[in-house]
Amino acid sequence: MYDGGKIIPGLIIGLCLFLSPFLYNAGKAAKAPEPELTAKAKKAKQCVAPTPYMKAWHMQLLDTWRHEVVRDGNRYYNTNENLWWDYKFDYKLLEDWRRFVSGTMEENQPPGRAGKIYYKSLQTTCLDCHANKSKFCDQCHNYMGVTPYCWDCHIEPKENK
Amino acid sequence: MAVDRRKFLKLVGCSALFGLGAKTAIDIFAPGELEASMKESLPNGKKKWAMVIDMDKCLQKQAEGKCTACITACNHEHNIPDFGNIKEEIKWIWQDTYEHVFPTQPNRFLDEDIEGKPFLVLCNHCENPPCCRVCPTKSTWQREDGIVMIDPHRCIGCRFCMAACPFGSRSFNWGDPRKAPKELNPDYPTNMDYPRRNKGVVEKCTFCEERLAQGKLPACVEACAEIKVHALHFGDLNDPDSEIRQLLRERYAIRRKAELGTEPKVYYLI
Amino acid sequence: MLERTLKGSKAYWRVLIGLLVIMGAGLLCYLYQFHEGLKITGMSRDISWGLYIAQFTYLVGIAAGGVMVVLPYYIHDYKAFGRITILGEFLAIGAVIMCLLFIFVDIGNPVRILNVIMYPTPRSILFWDMIVLNGYLFLNIFVGWNVLAAERKGVPYRKWVKVLAYISIPWAFSIHTVTAFLYAGIPGRHLWLTAIMAARFLASAFAAGPALLLLLCLIVRKFTKFDPGNEQLRTLGGIIAYAMILNCFFLLLEIFTAFYSGIPEHQHSLVYLFSGLEGHGKLVPWMWTSVLFSGIALILLIVPATRRKIDTLAVGCVAVIIGTWIDKGVGLVIAGFIPNPLDHVVEYSPTFPEIVICLAIWATGFFVITLLYKIAISVKEEVGA
Repeated sequence: MYDGGKIIPGLIIGLCLFLSPFLYNAGKAAKAPEPELTAKAKKAKQCVAPTPYMKAWHMQLLDTWRHEVVRDGNRYYNTNENLWWDYKFDYKLLEDWRRFVSGTMEENQPPGRAGKIYYKSLQTTCLDCHANKSKFCDQCHNYMGVTPYCWDCHIEPKENK
Repeated sequence: MAVDRRKFLKLVGCSALFGLGAKTAIDIFAPGELEASMKESLPNGKKKWAMVIDMDKCLQKQAEGKCTACITACNHEHNIPDFGNIKEEIKWIWQDTYEHVFPTQPNRFLDEDIEGKPFLVLCNHCENPPCCRVCPTKSTWQREDGIVMIDPHRCIGCRFCMAACPFGSRSFNWGDPRKAPKELNPDYPTNMDYPRRNKGVVEKCTFCEERLAQGKLPACVEACAEIKVHALHFGDLNDPDSEIRQLLRERYAIRRKAELGTEPKVYYLI
Repeated sequence: MLERTLKGSKAYWRVLIGLLVIMGAGLLCYLYQFHEGLKITGMSRDISWGLYIAQFTYLVGIAAGGVMVVLPYYIHDYKAFGRITILGEFLAIGAVIMCLLFIFVDIGNPVRILNVIMYPTPRSILFWDMIVLNGYLFLNIFVGWNVLAAERKGVPYRKWVKVLAYISIPWAFSIHTVTAFLYAGIPGRHLWLTAIMAARFLASAFAAGPALLLLLCLIVRKFTKFDPGNEQLRTLGGIIAYAMILNCFFLLLEIFTAFYSGIPEHQHSLVYLFSGLEGHGKLVPWMWTSVLFSGIALILLIVPATRRKIDTLAVGCVAVIIGTWIDKGVGLVIAGFIPNPLDHVVEYSPTFPEIVICLAIWATGFFVITLLYKIAISVKEEVGA
C-alpha cells in the first residue's frame, strides 16, 4: 500500500478515538433509571393520560399543549381529548367519540373513562404532582442523555435535596 | 380488517365530525368545574380587550408621593429582572413624563397639572399592529380578542418588531435574565407560577392573558384597585355597557401617536 | 475549477492566512456572544439594531452593485464589459455571503433560524429578504460558474445561462429594494419613513459596488497577468460618477424636505447626525467626514481629467467607499433609532467583540472573493484573455 506506513496507524488511531467512549466505560453498566413518585402523584393514581401513554408520548403532549396554550389561547385540557395517535384504528372507539361529540360530557361518557379537566401548564400542573424533578424527570433524562431546554425558561420547583 | 363501503363512509363521517366538532364541543360545552368567566376570555369569543388609564386619579396619587404599584405588581407577576442599567433593561410597564409619552403634541403652555408629570407607558395592543406585520416567523401576532401576543418558543430574536413598534413598548433579552445582578433581584424568580424567558427573545406586556384565562384582571389593574386608587380600568370595547366604554363616553381620552393609524387600545383620560 | 485555489503565489497564501487569522479571532468572539447573548454588543433596548445590521445593509448594496457591469453587457450590448462580468458576479457572491453572515450573528436565537422557513410569513419583508438574497446568491453562482467554465473550454455558454443572467438584472435591483423596504415601511422611525429610501439605497449601491469592483480590478491588474482593460475601467468610472451624483442629490432632497417643512420628527434624526441632539453628538464627526469624502469623490469623478486618469479615479473610488460606508453602514441604521419613540436620545457605540466579529465577517467575504478571483483569473490567464 502506498504510504501504508502512515495510513494504517492513522486508521487505528482514528478507530480508537472513535470508540473511546465505549472503551472508557467498558465493564461498567450505568444504573437503570428509577423514577420516584411523590406522595401526591401516587395518590392521583393516573396522570393526565394513562401511564404507558405518558411514558412514550409526554413530550408530544407537551408540544401540543404548548401550541394550544400559547398560540390558540386554549388553556384547559380534558382527559378524553386527542389521544388518537396512540390508539390503533378501533371502530368501537370511533363510536365512543361520535357519541361523545354529539352530546355533553356527562351524558355520553364512554364507559370507564371519566373526563377530568386540567390547566395546561408544565410548571403549575405537571410539576405540582411531580415536584421531585431530580428524582423523577431527571432519572430517565440523564440516563438517556437528553437535556430538554424547557428549563431555560420554565421554573423548576425548589426541591429539598 | 376488512372495511366495506358502509363502514368506510361511517369512518369518514366520524373523522369529519371529529375534526370539525370535537374542539368546538370541548370549548363550548365546558363542564361545571370551569369558571364561567373563562369562556368569556377565550380568543374565539368576540371580545376586544382594552385599557383606560384615568390620569386624574393616577396623578392625584403621584402627588402624594411616587407610586409604582402597577409596575411593581407587573414585574413581580412576570419575573421581570432589574438589570440596573438602561442598556439591558426590560420593562413591560413604566412611567415617563407627559412630554415624552405624547411627543407629537408639543405644547409650550401646558396645563400645570400635567406638565412634567409621570404618565404610564405600556404596550398599546394596537388593532393594526406594525410589529405583527413585520415578524418573519409569526411569533408575535394579534389574537381575535385584541391582545398582541408573543410566542417565546418561536421567536428568533431578530428584533424587527422592536424597530417597527412606534411606541417603544418591546424589550429584548440581551442576556440570560437569570444573570441579572442578585442585589437588585433578591427574590428572583418572584412568581413560581409563571415562566422566565431565555436570552435572545423579545418580550412585552401581554395584558396578563394568562390571568384573563382564569377570569382575573391584569396584575397592574388589580394592584391599582388594591391600593384603592382605581386609576386603571380594563374591559371589553365590544361591549357597549362595559366600564371602559362608559368612561370613554363620559370623558375625553387621548391615545399615543394616534395619527400613525395603528389604533392603539390604551386610552388616557386627562 | 476549484483545484485552482490550491496553487498560488506566496502573496496569495499570505493574504489567505492573514484573513484566516482574523476569521479565527471573530469565531472566538462569536462563540463568546453565542454563550453570553447579544449583551456583549453595544446594542440596547433603544438601539436594537447596530453595527451588524448596518454592515448587512451596506453589503446588500455592494452585492447589488454587481449588476452595473452585467446590465450594460446584456441590455446595452456593451461587449467590452465581457472581460469583467465574472469579477462583478464573484464580488456579488462574496458580498451576499457577508450579508447572510451578518444577519446570522445578529439573531438572538440562531438555533431557531430555520423558523423563518418553517413558518413562512409572506406579509413580513424579512421573509422576502431571505428569499431574494439566497436567490441572488444562487443566480450568481450558477451564472458565474457556467460562464467561466464555458470560457475555459472555449465554447459559448448555454442558453439557459443567458436566461438566468437576464433574470439576475431585475433581481439585483430587487434585493436592495426589499432591504430598503425593511426600513421604509415602519411607521415609527421618521428617518427611514421616506419614499426615496429604496432610491437612495440603489444609488449608493451603484456607486459603492462598482467602486469596490474597480479597486479589485486594479489589484488584479497589479498582481496577476490579467488586465481588465482601461476602457472598461473608465466606463465603470462614469457609472460610479452618475450613481454618486444621484446619491448625494437624494441626501440633499431628504434634507430639504425635513428642514423646509419644519416638522420636528422629520428633522430630529438628521439634526442628531449632523449637529447633535440634546448634547449628544457621537456621530457628528463621522457624518461630516462622510460629507468631506463624498465631496472629494464627486470632484474626482466629475472632473474629466481626474476621472479619465486611472490613479485619480482609484482615489475617487476609495473616497466613494468611505463616504457611502459611513453614510449607510454607520449613520443610517443607528440614527433611525435616535431619538427613541419616547423622544429620548440614547447613543450607541460598538464594543470590542462586536467590532472583531464585524471585521471577521468582512475577512470571510474577502476570503471567498480571493478564492473565487483566483479561479477566475487563472482561467482567464490560461485562455489568454
